[in-house]
Amino acid sequence: MLILLAVIIGFLYASSIYMFLRRSIVKLVLGIIFLSHATNLLLFVTGGLRSGEPAFTQSDGSVDLATISDPLPQALILTAIVIGLGITAFSLVLVYRFYKETGTVDLDELAENDQT
Amino acid sequence: MRSEILKIAALHLKPILLILSLIVLYRGHNEPGGGFVGGLLAGTAFVLHAMAFGVEQTKKLRLAKPFFLIALGLLFAVSSSMIAVLLGHELFMQGVWISIPLFGDAALKLGTPLLFDIGVYLVVAGMLMLVMLSIMEEDK
Amino acid sequence: MSLFIPVILPLVAIMLLLFSYRSVRLQQLISMVSMSYLLVHAAIILSKVVQDGPFALQAGGWPAPFGITFTADLFTAIMLLTTSVLALLVTIYSFGFIGETRKKAGFYVLIHGLVTGVNGSFLTGDIFNLYVWFEVMLISSFVLITLGAEKQQLRGAVKYVVLNLIGSVIFVTAIGLMYGQMGTLNMADIALKLRETEHTQLINSSLMLFFVAFGIKAALFPFFFWLPASYPTPPMAITAFFAGTLTKVGVYVIIRFYSLFVVSDQATWQVIILIIAGITMVSGVLMAASSYDIRKILSFHIISQIGYMIMGLGFATVIGLGGAIYFMVHNMLSKTATFLAGGLIYKFRGSYDLKEMGWIYKDKPLLAFLFLLPALSLAGIPPLPGFFGKLFLIYGGFEIGAWKITAVAIMVSIVTLFSMIKIWNEAIWKKIPDESQARAKNKLPGTSLWASIIMVALIVALGLSTGYLADYFFEAGRQLLDADLYIKTVLK
Repeated sequence: MLILLAVIIGFLYASSIYMFLRRSIVKLVLGIIFLSHATNLLLFVTGGLRSGEPAFTQSDGSVDLATISDPLPQALILTAIVIGLGITAFSLVLVYRFYKETGTVDLDELAENDQT
Repeated sequence: MRSEILKIAALHLKPILLILSLIVLYRGHNEPGGGFVGGLLAGTAFVLHAMAFGVEQTKKLRLAKPFFLIALGLLFAVSSSMIAVLLGHELFMQGVWISIPLFGDAALKLGTPLLFDIGVYLVVAGMLMLVMLSIMEEDK
Repeated sequence: MSLFIPVILPLVAIMLLLFSYRSVRLQQLISMVSMSYLLVHAAIILSKVVQDGPFALQAGGWPAPFGITFTADLFTAIMLLTTSVLALLVTIYSFGFIGETRKKAGFYVLIHGLVTGVNGSFLTGDIFNLYVWFEVMLISSFVLITLGAEKQQLRGAVKYVVLNLIGSVIFVTAIGLMYGQMGTLNMADIALKLRETEHTQLINSSLMLFFVAFGIKAALFPFFFWLPASYPTPPMAITAFFAGTLTKVGVYVIIRFYSLFVVSDQATWQVIILIIAGITMVSGVLMAASSYDIRKILSFHIISQIGYMIMGLGFATVIGLGGAIYFMVHNMLSKTATFLAGGLIYKFRGSYDLKEMGWIYKDKPLLAFLFLLPALSLAGIPPLPGFFGKLFLIYGGFEIGAWKITAVAIMVSIVTLFSMIKIWNEAIWKKIPDESQARAKNKLPGTSLWASIIMVALIVALGLSTGYLADYFFEAGRQLLDADLYIKTVLK
């Protein structure tokens, strides 16, 4: 399971960087979404993977530090996902407005701004 | 050209989605769900309506402006921690619970975390409507 | 409770502002009240830290490594106070400067959101919580930079948003790796564990990711390209506040992380930081020297001066760090003041291009001085604070024998003076190119003018009282170097 997740994370990172290198701004936003998903999965793995173990206590009330699964990364991911929602919504609107204003989604359109 | 099928579906789905969002909101403290998901569901109900009938119709339908919803949500979220402070607890992450007994074993458990969740629900629903409707409005 | 006010009060203000979204006047009143109180409260926190030393508060009373900690040492308190001053003055400035549509679209809400994020980033003692405050700050700044949605703004915003989002994701990645290795998110707890364990080399990978993430926010050398592309696009009041706070939060966090987390390989990190500081300084100032748009010149200077602050960190001595903190305060004030004056010049003449301008000194001498004083301060002319900031930093460099970087800093300072004089000559001193044309002499909004005057007065006051204040800055540097003090404050 860990290896599978590692491969998926790597694949997501690779595809996000591929998306960054394309010329379309829409793909740039897709790249950011992939990148944040890859990072969320990475956070998920950092707590260690234990299936079927309770977060804090066993069913009889005892606490076994060796086997409990760590609830913190999941809380962190939840926060990151919520933030990601807001950011994705914003960047989609931004790209949309950009398209409306300039009539193109080509990244070269951005270069004009750099001239002094 | 708006699809009749979508219109009828949206008309019936909207109340279902809203009720479902409230259920998800209430059970959120101990089970999967919560203010965020509930808010998304509630927002989706209105977005679906806007897709089927057009933004103008949805605007007539809406009871409150999105800005007002977000402000109300913040009010709930802030007051949830203020109640705990007024009752002598520390600020943040200290819940106050009351239990209202219903028939039999069942009891309605209400607490400041629920209040906070309601705040999140309102903010998320308001934000979703604000973003989606402003995009769809421009589309015309 | 007192440490939570700087983040709760703006949130409450946001709520009130949203309720009163119909009335701009009411929004202005609410903003004035909340920003003024934030300033008073920041002063209270500062006086408490000066008297009793650093202190910490645990959210909800949960003990330190488990709950979220808010900490204030002298560095934090100084930054809080400076930010509050900027926030109040920029709010006053914006009354007359920002157009009605932008005010209606939620300008005051967003400024409060930004202040919430900045204050939270200063105060928090938990790396994930820091990420959350960063996002609060970033989202507010995203919307502020696009507010009004002009074509230029959108172009700049795409770059700003994309690069900063990548920075945030790298930041979260670093947090994940750090948590995986150390098993804790509390900054003091991590610092303590790093000092107790022997295998600290592993931590360098996440430290490097942190450095890249904050480097993007602070606009350090290879990562600064978003700044000159986006900062010049929104109205000057917004740019001024960004210039004063956003990049400095990045610098603040780099300094905080360095002082807490760099335990092994200190010498290597020092070399990396000094090299990056040098290149940042030089590249920023050279690009500034070749620009002809006031906003671009000032934006490039931000980059160049970030280099000075990071250089002070690279010295890692009391004088270096104290000088860096003094320089940060000076820079936040002076930079904002030059942008505010630049905005007034734009209002007055209706253009940002230096080639079309001239004779402001003849038409409006007050405006000329409002620009001249902070510009000279940035260039480092005594008795303005920029001179003392550079003096401390250069002294710090000589003290540890870092000759090369110190020489670079002095050279950069001269080029800074050159480009400030360029603005002075072109915009204010020179004859207007086409004398027959009627010069625009627009009326200046009174609130904006007063905010600008107060800002300049503060800069002069800071420069003149350096003798009294310097000890506090060095004390702040001493507290930063003493990581045990921070750990003890948080973990008790």
